[in-house]
Amino acid sequence: MEFALWPMLFVFLLATFLGIEVIRGVSRLLHTPLMSLTNAISAIAIVGSLIIAGEQKSDLSTALGTVAVAASMTNIVSGFLITDRMLRMFRKPEAPRR
Amino acid sequence: MIEHVTQAAYLAAAALFVLSLKWLSDPATARRGVGAGALGMVLAVAGTLLHPEIVGYGWILGALVVGTLVGVPLSFVPLTAVPQRTALSHAFGGLAAGLVGTAKYFLWLDEGELTGFRTFAIVMEVILGYLTCTGSLMAAGKLQEVIPTRPITYPGQNVVNLGLLGIAVAAGFALVVRPDWWFLFPVVIGLSLLFGVLLVIPIGGADMPTVISLLNSYAGLAAVAMGFVLENNLLITAGALDGSSGLILSIIMCRAMNRSFTNVLFGAFGQVQAKAAAAEERTYRSATPKDAAQMLELASRVVVVPGYGMAVAQAQHRVRELYDQLAKRGVDVRFAIHPVAGRMPGHMNVLLAEADIPYDHLIEVDDANADMAQTDVVIVVGANDIVNPAARSDAASPIYGMPIIDADKARTVFAIKRSMNPGFAGIENDLYYRENCLMLFGDAKAVIGDLVKEFTGEGGRLH
Repeated sequence: MEFALWPMLFVFLLATFLGIEVIRGVSRLLHTPLMSLTNAISAIAIVGSLIIAGEQKSDLSTALGTVAVAASMTNIVSGFLITDRMLRMFRKPEAPRR
Repeated sequence: MIEHVTQAAYLAAAALFVLSLKWLSDPATARRGVGAGALGMVLAVAGTLLHPEIVGYGWILGALVVGTLVGVPLSFVPLTAVPQRTALSHAFGGLAAGLVGTAKYFLWLDEGELTGFRTFAIVMEVILGYLTCTGSLMAAGKLQEVIPTRPITYPGQNVVNLGLLGIAVAAGFALVVRPDWWFLFPVVIGLSLLFGVLLVIPIGGADMPTVISLLNSYAGLAAVAMGFVLENNLLITAGALDGSSGLILSIIMCRAMNRSFTNVLFGAFGQVQAKAAAAEERTYRSATPKDAAQMLELASRVVVVPGYGMAVAQAQHRVRELYDQLAKRGVDVRFAIHPVAGRMPGHMNVLLAEADIPYDHLIEVDDANADMAQTDVVIVVGANDIVNPAARSDAASPIYGMPIIDADKARTVFAIKRSMNPGFAGIENDLYYRENCLMLFGDAKAVIGDLVKEFTGEGGRLH
């Protein structure tokens, strides 16, 4: 099987630069939500876990894959929920009160 | 055909992840960012489940249910516990990567499909995944204080750590050359797990913001390595976004402490400075809440400097009440946030947001310092190193060179603290002995509560 090393390295390189540019724009105010959001996004590891758990090629791989799916799913659910919960608290600047 | 549907879903997911982070740059669009990210994740999962290679759904369904059952309560932890939740989720991310790498190695070993490069990618995935897992568990333990937060050190620690990592890498290289030497694989796993523990044990609580950021980066890189193993560009993209985010945050944290990565990881901060603690009795002044309230009432510009102590005491809501009282009397109140205040990046911002303080009142170090000479009162709530003038003047201090909030340059400083006892880092803070500094002793929540009572007339009376 041909191994697509170079295209993958290109994707990695470009995504890293894109990530650095986009994330540099995130205000310091939101660094905690940023971390929980990127954490939820990196739970994309669920994609690999699903394949390993679902193709059921050996008992070992199915078991390890299943645990990995559960771990990733935990991160997805708690990551997105808590990020939203935190962001709801950031209140718009209020009009001067008298 | 199905393959195209899956790839199209992955492509859309990648775009949504980038947009998600982009929208996070502004509080006004940030929540849309969460929606975009979640939608991307749903597309990615749905696209994967269409995969013809997936033959059984039973286990998957069970695992998804378990993940949801664990994840929902984890998302409702108190905001003061967000750092340990974050560390825990890095541990889960690392674990998933490590397990998938392990499974893939043994599958390919049986099928005779292990090439040198595949083994290399798997070894990277496994090392990064497992060390992130145990390292993050240790960090979470320290943050939850089930493990002592002070640095745990022993002689020759760095030699032992680097030696272990060296053996793990050497075993990994041997595997790349001879992928069929499967007995080396558990060695790599074991050493990575051990290295994660040993890496975090010598790191003190005050350095947690950097460590969490670094582990965030490792968790992302582990996902990238998984992408190389499974030849999946979506994994590489999303992992790289996470990796670069962790990297940027780590750099910001290190800069904010004027230290290098190596120094944070191998410096075992806060161990050696037990020195002059008892050398001399120095005089300081303390004040009652009543005195303090009177001075606050006369102030026109007040800056609050929160630190980890505010989080520990859960004092953010009292701080908000004080802010309300002062704002009502026309006092200009700002909150100066140091990047490493608290236990993770942005920790103070989230707590103050929880207490409903408008975010345009939060200012950064440079802005706070620019106006410090015109500031009447600085209230230090559970912060210590980030207001220590020794960082500017004492070249022998372990925090020398760290950018600080120049609280000592304000007309008056109130430092809320339990006692004169220096924190576990043991660094004496000169600020408390300055002429313009008044100590308010007690639990931050109680002290600020007393201040508020002075204004509302429940305690003494001011009006």
